[in-house]
Amino acid sequence: MAEKQSKWKIFTAGIIRENPVLRLVLGCCSALAITTTVSGALGMGLSMTFVLVCSNIVISALRKAIPDKVHLPCYIVIIAAFVTIVQMVLQAYVPDLYQSLGVFLALIVVNCIILGRAEMFACKHTVVESALDGLGMGLGYILTMLCMSSVREILGNGSWMGIPIIPESVDRLGIMNQAPGGFFVFGCLMALCIFIEKKTNHPIERKTCGDVMLEELDAARADGREGGDQA
Amino acid sequence: MNQVAVFATIFFNLILVNNYVLVQFLGICPFLGVSKKLDSSTGMGLAVIFVMVLATAVTFPLQIFLLDAYDLGYMQTVIFILVIAVLVQLIEITLKKYVPALYTALGVYLPLITTNCCVLGVTILAVQDYSAVVAQQGFGLAYAEALVCAAGAGVGFMVAMLLFCGVRQRVEASNPPESFKGLPITLVSAAITSMSFMGFGGLVENIIGALL
Repeated sequence: MAEKQSKWKIFTAGIIRENPVLRLVLGCCSALAITTTVSGALGMGLSMTFVLVCSNIVISALRKAIPDKVHLPCYIVIIAAFVTIVQMVLQAYVPDLYQSLGVFLALIVVNCIILGRAEMFACKHTVVESALDGLGMGLGYILTMLCMSSVREILGNGSWMGIPIIPESVDRLGIMNQAPGGFFVFGCLMALCIFIEKKTNHPIERKTCGDVMLEELDAARADGREGGDQA
Repeated sequence: MNQVAVFATIFFNLILVNNYVLVQFLGICPFLGVSKKLDSSTGMGLAVIFVMVLATAVTFPLQIFLLDAYDLGYMQTVIFILVIAVLVQLIEITLKKYVPALYTALGVYLPLITTNCCVLGVTILAVQDYSAVVAQQGFGLAYAEALVCAAGAGVGFMVAMLLFCGVRQRVEASNPPESFKGLPITLVSAAITSMSFMGFGGLVENIIGALL
């Protein structure tokens, strides 16, 4: 029973408690770029979940075989293989979605959610746990994408999933469809998240991958120039 | 149109109108993190320009003469990311051995750039946008345009970082509502910075059209 519960915990962690976009602040690029329409966001979320689950499974299965020194290139090749599969499937069966995701589909390879989970979770846990973690994280990602894209599509286009819901006579907030709208909605959503955290007494310190970069830079400087060597 | 005008249009368009960070959302992670400090932003920006141009210089001919020629287009993602990873390592080793001065300035940034989405992004977008030019105007011109595109994207990244660094200093001194403290207010100010870049739409073609 205890065993089962901990597996359930791993699965649900990604959805709210460790939501990849809003709580761990990973994978912001695609979350900002592909949320102008709900259908695009859903497609991106599903592709991401597929790659996340598959790469987590393979990486955790190979975690003892991959030498530590070359782990990053190995992970990237595994992830790139799955991204290529997704690209080919989407291009063949849903070409419209493939067009609208554009370069961001290929950029799943360097998305920090996937590399981050490989580095933080899959390389230390069993196959089943990693698969569940991938699935949970994927669902959390889809959920956040849906929230953001709903706000942006309703305000910017007056529709949801392409179904018009705001009458034509109401002016559209065109800015929501463009780049500034993405930053703005993401900022407000995160503020809302922090507000709820404060109310329920679960505040956390948010650390973007950029902050980690800055820390690494400072550490590398402190070590003299040798610290920058990361093979 | 005059070829110089074409190059200038590509270059300035990518800095002002289609800025990689603020308009196309590539490389948000370093943008949000590293822009806290001016010196780190400058170093990161220079390193990104350097790697972007070199990566495009390698991947563009690779796409045309290897992937397109042998119908291997589907291998693009795998090949490009591997080439970038290897290239960054090579640059690091070469700089360390032959140009130590440059290595001390940029060395610490290089390992962080491998998985930066704007580098992979620029190589893929350059191939997407300029491989059609190869058929029309020959490889040489297309290659030059792709390189100018990479340089413009890199400079655009650096400009965005430096500008936002300044915005950020002001934001940090301000006192936003409790829930907005930290990352949310940073994102909202990024939205405003990005909105100001929208004002440049159409500007580049008109100015360059008038000058040349």
